[in-house]
Parts: sequence; C-alpha cells; structure tokens
Amino acid sequence: MFAYIVRRFLIMIPTLLIISALIFFIIELPPGDYLETYIAELKQQGEKVDPSQIEFLRQEYGFDKPVVLRYFHWLGGMLVGDFGYSFEYQLPVTDVVGERLWLTVLLSFVTIIFTWIVAFPIGIYSATHQYSWSDYGLTFVGLLGLAIPNFLLALVMLYLANIWFGTSVGHLMAPEYLDKSMSWGKFKSIMEHLWIPVVVIGTSGTAAMIRRLRANLLDELQKQYVVTAKAKGLKPFKALVKYPLRMALNFFISDIGSILPSIISGAEIVAVVLSLETTGPLLLDALASQDMYLAGSFLMFLATLTVIGVLVSDIALAILDPRIRLAGGATK
Amino acid sequence: MRDGHPNSPLPAPGAEMPHFVSDKPFDPRSVERLTPAQEKVYLASQLKLMWWKFKQHKVAVVCGVFLLVMYASTLISELIAPYNLHTRHVERIFSAPQAIHLFHEGSFVGPFVYGANYKLNMETLKREYTENKSDVKKVRFFCSGDAYKFWGLFDANFHFVCPPKKGTLFLFGTDRLGRDMFSRIVYGARISLTIGLLGVSISFILGIVIGGLAGYYGGWFDMIVQRMIEVLQSLPAIPLWMALASIMPSTWGPLIVYFGITIILGILDWTGLARAVRSKLLALREEDYVVAAQLMGANPKRIIGRHLVPGFMSHLIASATITIPTMVLGETALSFLGLGLRPPITSWGVLLKEAQNINVVALYPWLLLPVLPVILVILAFNFFGDGLRDAADPYK
Repeated sequence: MFAYIVRRFLIMIPTLLIISALIFFIIELPPGDYLETYIAELKQQGEKVDPSQIEFLRQEYGFDKPVVLRYFHWLGGMLVGDFGYSFEYQLPVTDVVGERLWLTVLLSFVTIIFTWIVAFPIGIYSATHQYSWSDYGLTFVGLLGLAIPNFLLALVMLYLANIWFGTSVGHLMAPEYLDKSMSWGKFKSIMEHLWIPVVVIGTSGTAAMIRRLRANLLDELQKQYVVTAKAKGLKPFKALVKYPLRMALNFFISDIGSILPSIISGAEIVAVVLSLETTGPLLLDALASQDMYLAGSFLMFLATLTVIGVLVSDIALAILDPRIRLAGGATK
Repeated sequence: MRDGHPNSPLPAPGAEMPHFVSDKPFDPRSVERLTPAQEKVYLASQLKLMWWKFKQHKVAVVCGVFLLVMYASTLISELIAPYNLHTRHVERIFSAPQAIHLFHEGSFVGPFVYGANYKLNMETLKREYTENKSDVKKVRFFCSGDAYKFWGLFDANFHFVCPPKKGTLFLFGTDRLGRDMFSRIVYGARISLTIGLLGVSISFILGIVIGGLAGYYGGWFDMIVQRMIEVLQSLPAIPLWMALASIMPSTWGPLIVYFGITIILGILDWTGLARAVRSKLLALREEDYVVAAQLMGANPKRIIGRHLVPGFMSHLIASATITIPTMVLGETALSFLGLGLRPPITSWGVLLKEAQNINVVALYPWLLLPVLPVILVILAFNFFGDGLRDAADPYK
C-alpha cells in the first residue's frame, strides 16, 4: 500500500512539470508583454514615457531574459511559494490570490458532494427500474441539465433566488463580509450564497454521473453472482446493496478524476456570471490584461487542484478496492 | 407376417434391393443455402447493418432528422428569416414577442398579428407595447421583404414568411437595437452549428493521426502521447480555452477569429479520440483477419488502410458526434464571456452575451431565447450520438 502511494506521488511530479511547461507556453504566446500594453496605455492617456524607467521595469521583471530562463525562474519560485508578481495589482500573486483559492476549493468540494448526493439515489433508481417511465424521465432531466449552458442557468437561478428568498445578487457572501476575516456570520453568509453556484455547476456533472452509475450498476446486476444471490432467496434490497452497489461505489470514487476538471471548468464561468470571489473573474481579467504571472499561477493552481483531486481519488480507491493495489501500476 | 403385405412399400426382409439413384439435380450446398430473408441479412454491407440497427432507435432517428433540418436551414437562412440580420427597428426597441392569432372576434382570418401601441413607462423607464385589438395585420407567406444578398452572391428579396404590410412580425421579440431576435437566431445557427462540425473535424484529424501513430509504432512515441493525453485530460478545459482565446489579438478580422475559435476548441478535444483510435488499433491488430492478411503478404499500408481503419471508422464517427455538443457549448460560453466571437459575426453565444446581466432576465426575458436552440441541438446531438454509437457495432 505504502509503495503504491509513493509510486502515485512520483508519477505526479512529471505530470505537474509537463503542465507547468504547457501553461507557461500558453501565457507566453500572446505577442508583446504586459509592459508594452502598459506603455501603450500611458501613451494613450498622453503621459510621457521615460525609456530608462521602462528599461528598469523590464529588467526588474526579467523580460529581458530568454524564455527558458524565465520559465525556470517561475518554476523555481513556485516551489518555494513565490508565484511571481501581478503587474495589474502591483502585488505579489500570493497576496492577490489569497482567499480566492480556498473559496474555489470549497466550491469544488461542496459541488462534488452535491453531485454524489443527487446522482447516487437517482442512478440506483434508474438502474433498478430500467426502461420504466421514471427511468426515461430522470435520464431526460439529467440530459437537460447537461444541455443548458451553465452560465444561463446561473443567471436565471440568481434572479429566482433574489425574488423568492431575497438573497443578495451575486457574490459568495453578503457585501458586508467581503473583506472581513472568517467569522461565524461570514461562514453562514457564504453557506447561504453557496447553494446557487453549487446547484448550477453540479447539474452538468450530475447528469454525466447518473448515466455512468446507471450503466455500471446495470452491468453488475446482470452478473451471475447476483442471479445466484436472488436464486438463493436473498431479499431484493440485500441482493442490490450487498455487492453490486459496493462495486458501483468504487466507481464513484474513481470518477472524481473525470468530473473534477469539468466542475472546475464550470465553476470558472459561473463565477464570472455571479461575480463570485473565486478564481474565475480574476483569471478572466488577468488574461485580458496580459497579467501573465497572475494568469499563469491561476491556471497552474487549477491544474494542480485537479491533479491532486485525481491522486486523492486514486488512493482512496486503492484503499477500498484490493484488486487495484495488488495489481500495481497506475490506475488510470 | 414376416413376408410383409404385398402392398407394403418396404421390400421383404433379406430380399435383394434394386440399385436406386435419384435423378433429381444434385446441389451439394443445398443445406447451407440461405433463405432470401437470411441472405439479405448475411450479405448486407456493414453500412446497411448499421442503418437497420440505427433505425430501431426511434429517438435517435427523430433527433437525426431534427439535426438534418437544422443544418439544412443554415443553407437557406436568408429565406427563413423574416428580417435581415442587421435590420433595425428604432421605433420597436425591446419589443416583446408578438403572438400569432388565427381568429379575430370569433371569425377565422388566418395567421395575423395585432398592431402595437407604444408607451414609455415613466416610472420604470420600460418600453411597453400593447396590442391594438382593432388593428388586424395578416402575416404574408412566400413574399418579398427585406432585400439581401443570398450567400453574399446575388441580390434577392424572397422570404418564406414576411411581416405584414406596414406591420411587424417579431416572433421572439427584439433586442436593444430593435433587431428581430428570431431572424438573428436563424442566422446565428450558421455560425454555431458549423463551428462544432469544424472543431470536430480538427480534433478528428488530430486524433486519428496522433492516436494512429501511437498505436502503430508504440514504443517511446506511444509513451509520450499517452502522458500528453493524461495531462490534457486532467486539465479543466474552459480556463484553458479562455487562455488560448485571449491570445487572439483584437485586431483580427471576424473570419480569422471564427477559425481561431474552431482550432482552439479542436486542439484540446482530440485526446479522447486519439485514445479510442490507439486502443482500437491495438486490439484489432491481434485479430485473426489481420494475421491472415499478414500471412497473405499484405503490406502494413494495406493492412491499416484496408482492414483496420474501416473496422473502427464507424465507431470513431459515432464518438466524434458525441463531442460536438461540448464544442457548441464551448463556443457559446467563450462568446458569452467576450473571449469568443464578436459582432458583427452572430452566433447563439454572441446573442446570449446581450443577456449577460440580471436586469435583462427581469425586464426582457425573451433575450434568453437563443438558449432554446442551443439546448435542443445539444439534446439532439446526445441522443443521435447514442444511437449512432449503438449502431456502429451492428454485430452486438
């Protein structure tokens, strides 16, 4: 078991390295850099640009160095917790990002839990009542969740929540808590606001999960051991819960790896629409203004979050399912 | 009686039997011969088998027809839309959808709309249009209306449906410039529907080439491709799309942006297909018929092109169909965020950008209507793709 976990950790390192190189490549792609945008902006406002000052800034931020060197500088910085400098905010990236990271983690975590809670009973029901009207109906509702664009659902839900419950529009907490540190009141306020994005982001993931759970459970239910169990006179409920469901549970854990990227994706868009205090809106701004280290760190962070999520699900699966740790090797 | 009855067909026991040869024509394959019905099934081409199997999936057939109609409509958008893409009605800004009536005061008139009275609500500053019940305006069919350049090639003014003379026909209402939403949605289909197809074609080509090479050559190349796919699949797509889309400079023309977006959508999507190609190639390589072909001296090129690719092509097309909805949604999301297509190009995502803030939902909910075709098309593609995937394996 220990060896398996160590091996999984070691596999993670090259993955993250490739991701970091990819992300750095992407944020380096746009022609020009932040300073050029900045100079153009100053010129537009009619201000004089002092070439020596620009040269100083260029050296300060390392824009005069070759790309490869800057990549390693960035990479090395991240290892010691220095994510670079945000030009837009004139602050270290860590200070800008701060709380938003944790709210993103919280949002993704709660969304996954929500997805499970909804998908689990519906999936089991659909599988045990295959081809019934309720099965078709639930499948259709699930597909509808998949088909409605997240951001639009967010808008409509926001509107309804505002009318029915008087929840303040947008944001992840009531306005008075925005820059306060964590307290009971703030926590409560976050919880009140959290359900809208959670439901909105959860819908698409839930639909996919229901379909997969249904398929998996159906496969399992057709196996001979279930027939044997039923033939021996086991009660239908026990014949469902004792083994087939446990098999399906494994899949629930392993599926985090595939739904987490889509949840984080969805969270970004929904966050922009609802102006949540997560990474979404800031990432959009950073991308628009070529604030490359901020954007890069956000992307890196989101990617790391998914990679760690997959790692956790793999390890949890190895603990639950002896076949995986005995077989060895990567699970995916 | 041992001698048997004289009329018995059997010879007496022990009696010598005459040598008998049937003079009927002899067909050594008579047992194996198929009935015409069987023959139809056994000798049917794979395409035919797939079609039979696909036909059984009623929902998929309906969805397929729906999609076909939608795509066909993009060919004649100009004829279907009652107005042009950019026709503005300054006096009818933010008009709600107009209802089509059939009966006026109990008598049948045929499809018509009532004229509208306009009033600015001074409290909410909302434009309010009320129906003028005495003003009956008949909708015209197969008529001449707004002039347009069909496919940008030649001038015409023929429409299937036109607004009444001196009247208006806003089936889905109008936007902030008084442009007819229905017409804009019809035109938007052109962009939104083709972007998915183009994006899928790009990911299809990438998937087949990269997956095919990985599956065929194996070794270190396979190893690298496998890692790449794992990495790409573990990345959240939309933030990456956002990053890639923001690379496109704002000075680019609309057409280049359009192709840029399709490439961005395709570039992250090929991983699933490449995986499918690779695993299929690895599995099929071990099949008996491939070994047979090898023994008969077929070269690798012929084996891949003649024996392997047709074996999984149908399967691939089916899996590609299922990824089209993701692309349509991706374009919608990017355009909505302002990173995708920009006016004057009109896609459903661009139309939805108008509905970006909550006031719109409250005051002018019909601006959300472009979401309707998005939902329908995505549902249709899902069911159609499911049916296609089942049909792709007709022997199951």
